Amino acid sequence: MPRTEIRWHGRGGQGAVTAAIIVAQAAIFEGKYAQAYPEFGAERRGAPVCAYSRVSDEPIYTRAPITKPDVVVVLDPTLSKDIYMKGLKSGGLLLINTKKSVDEVKKMVGRDDIKVATVDATSIALQTLGAPIVNTAMVGALVKVLPIVKLESVEKAISENFSGRIAEANIQAVRKAYESVVW
Amino acid sequence: MTEVKWKRLPLNSNYAVAYAVKDCDVDVVAAYPITPQTTVVEKISEFIANGELDAEMIHVESEHSALSAVVGAAAVGARVFTATASQGLELMHEILHIASGLRLPVVMTIAARALSAPISIWCDYGDVMNTRDTSWITLIASSAQEVYDTVIQAFKIAEDPRVLLPVMVAYDGYLMSHTYEPVYVAEDPTPIREFVPKNPKSRIVLDPEKPVTMGPIARPEWYYEIKYQQVEAMKRAYDVVKEVDAEFGKRFGRSYGVIETYKLEDADVAVLTYGGIFGTLREAIDAMRSSGLKVGGIRLRLFRPFPYREIVDAVKHLKLLIVADRAISYGARIAGPVAMEIMSVLYRESEKPEVMSVAVGIGQRTVTEQDFVELVKLGLKFLEEKRVPNETIYWGVRGVTYG
Amino acid sequence: MSMGEELPKYFEIPIAGTILEPGNTVKIPTGEWRAFRPIIDKEKCVRCLLCWAYCPDGAIIIVDQPYKTASGREYKFSVEIDYYHCKGCGICAQECPVKAIQMVEEVK
Ligand code: SF4
Ligand code: SF4
Repeated sequence: MPRTEIRWHGRGGQGAVTAAIIVAQAAIFEGKYAQAYPEFGAERRGAPVCAYSRVSDEPIYTRAPITKPDVVVVLDPTLSKDIYMKGLKSGGLLLINTKKSVDEVKKMVGRDDIKVATVDATSIALQTLGAPIVNTAMVGALVKVLPIVKLESVEKAISENFSGRIAEANIQAVRKAYESVVW
Repeated sequence: MTEVKWKRLPLNSNYAVAYAVKDCDVDVVAAYPITPQTTVVEKISEFIANGELDAEMIHVESEHSALSAVVGAAAVGARVFTATASQGLELMHEILHIASGLRLPVVMTIAARALSAPISIWCDYGDVMNTRDTSWITLIASSAQEVYDTVIQAFKIAEDPRVLLPVMVAYDGYLMSHTYEPVYVAEDPTPIREFVPKNPKSRIVLDPEKPVTMGPIARPEWYYEIKYQQVEAMKRAYDVVKEVDAEFGKRFGRSYGVIETYKLEDADVAVLTYGGIFGTLREAIDAMRSSGLKVGGIRLRLFRPFPYREIVDAVKHLKLLIVADRAISYGARIAGPVAMEIMSVLYRESEKPEVMSVAVGIGQRTVTEQDFVELVKLGLKFLEEKRVPNETIYWGVRGVTYG
Repeated sequence: MSMGEELPKYFEIPIAGTILEPGNTVKIPTGEWRAFRPIIDKEKCVRCLLCWAYCPDGAIIIVDQPYKTASGREYKFSVEIDYYHCKGCGICAQECPVKAIQMVEEVK
C-alpha cells in the first residue's frame, strides 16, 4: 500500500483528533506504519480543528503538515469548503458527514476529479452515543470506502481509547456508519 | 539475562517517555505541568495508580520545586525523573546547576518549546539551547522510539560512576510530543531493569549511618578544582554515551550513535539539523537525490558533550554544510547555537566545508521538504558565487529576502 | 598561587567537594578571628543558658562544676567559653539577661 495522507476537519469537541489517532492506532496494530497528530493549537470547543493521519506499509519519516491530502474527512458540514478542500489531490477522496447526496456534494464543492462519499454521521452518533460526537462514525465510514485498515482493528483501537459502555456505543457507531456510507 | 519481548504500540513521544520511566523502575518523580509536556506526567501517574510502577510522585507548586525535589531524592540515592518545557525549564535554571554541581544522576525530558515573550506554546529549541552551559548531558531524539530508548540509556549514562552528571533528553514539542507513531516497548520490564541496574551504593549519598556534607561552600582555593572535575566528567561522558548506546544496540537491537547520517558518503552538500524535522529532511534528500543532486543529511543527537570527532569526520569531504538551527543566539553573528559550535570545531581543521548557518522552525514555523530543497538550492548558489554569508540566514521570515 | 601547592589536586578532592568527615568544622580555629573576648562573671551568672542557645559557634560550654556564689547561691554546674572557637561576636553578651558577660578587647 502506498502512503495515504488523510486530513480531518471538525470543530473542537467533535473528536477529529481522536479519529485521526484511531486510524493510526488501527494501522499500527496491523503492523503497518502510521502517524497521527493534531494541528497544534490551543483547542477550544466549537473552533475549527484539523488533524492528520498518514498510513503506509513503509516507514514514515516526514513531520511536515499534510498540504496535499489523498483523503479529506469532514466531520462538520457547516465548515467552509474553502478550508477543507484546500489541496485535495485529483483522484482523492472527500468523505463528508451530511444528509446530502453524493451528487449534491459534488456540485457544492465544484470538483469532478475526486471521489465523494457521504454518511449521516450526526444521526448515527445521536442514536448510538446520544451526542453529536461523530468521530468514530466517520472512521467507520472511511474504512469502508477506503479499506486502509480492517474494521476489527478500528474496534480494537476504540477499546484502547474508551472503556465499557462508551466503547460499546462507539463500536456501534463505527458499524452503522460502515454499513450506511454511500459513494 | 532475561530475553526481551517487544510489543508494538501506537505512542506519542510523551507516552514513550512515560513507558521508559516505568520500565526503568524510577523511585521518585516530581514535575509541574506545562504544555506540551503535561501528558508525560499524566501517564506516569496512571502507571503509579495501577501498580505498574512503584514510585513516589511528589506534587509541587513550580518547576523550581520539581527539580529541587528530585535533587533531594537523588542525593539520598533514589532513581529520579522530572520533565518540563520552555518557561518551566527557565524556572529550573538555577537548580540545573545545582543538580550537575552536586553530580546527581537526575534524568529529565524536555518537550522542546519556544520561549516567551510573546507567548508561544509551539516547538523550537530555544529552551534546550539555553541550558548549554549547565553541565547537563544533552541528547536530542528524532522519533518516539528513540525517545523511549534514549530515556533508558539516560539513566545508565547518568548513574555511571565515571559520569555522575544529570542527563536531559529533548524532543520536539507537539511535532513529536503529540504525534502517534509505532513504538516497540518491552512487554515485561525485567530485561530493561537488568540493563539499568540500580546501584546507589556506587556513589556518595546522604545516609544517617555515614554522614557527609553535600554542597559546602567552596572558597577560591577550592571551587576551581571542583568545577574542573565536571570538565573531566563531561569528557568521560562523551565515551560513556557511545558505550551505553552500543551496549543497548547489542542487547536490544537498536542504536543511534552520537550523530546520524543519511546518504552522506558521496554527498557534496549536506544539511545538518536535530530533532524530529530530520525525518522531513530525509524525505527531502530522497527527492533531491532523485533529481540528481548529491545531497546528504546529518542529525546531531548529542549536543553536550559536543561530538566534535564524529562531526569533523562526517563533514570534511563536503563542499558545503548547511546547519539548520531551531534556536537563535541573539546578537551573535552566527546565531545558530549548533552552527556556532561546528564552526569553532572546524576552525583548526585544514580540510573543511563552507558552513552556512540557517534558523528554521522558530516558534514552530512550518518546515516542509520544500524548505530544505530551497535551502540547498540557495546554498549551492552562494557557494558557486563564492559568497556563503558570514551571518545566519533567517529562513522564511517575512520582510527579509536572500539570494 | 603558592598556597595551591599544599592543597589537594582536583582528582584528590571528593566528587563535588563533598565533605566525607562529619563534624569537621571543629578543626577551624575561629577563635583566631576574635577582637573582643567575652568573659563570664560566674558570680553574676544565673545559669539560664541563653548564651548557650544564642552562640552561633557553639562556643559556650557547660561544665560539671558546682559553684557557690559569695552570697551563698549554689549551682550544680558552671558556664564557660571555648576560646578556640569563640569568634568574639558578642551575641552572648548582648543576650545575657543579667549582663554577666563582658566583652574585653584582646591584647595580642
Ligand atoms: S562572643 Fe559570640 S562566639 Fe564567643 S561565645 Fe559569645 S556568642 Fe559565642
Ligand atoms: S546568659 Fe548570662 S546568665 Fe545566662 S547562662 Fe549565660 S552568662 Fe549566665
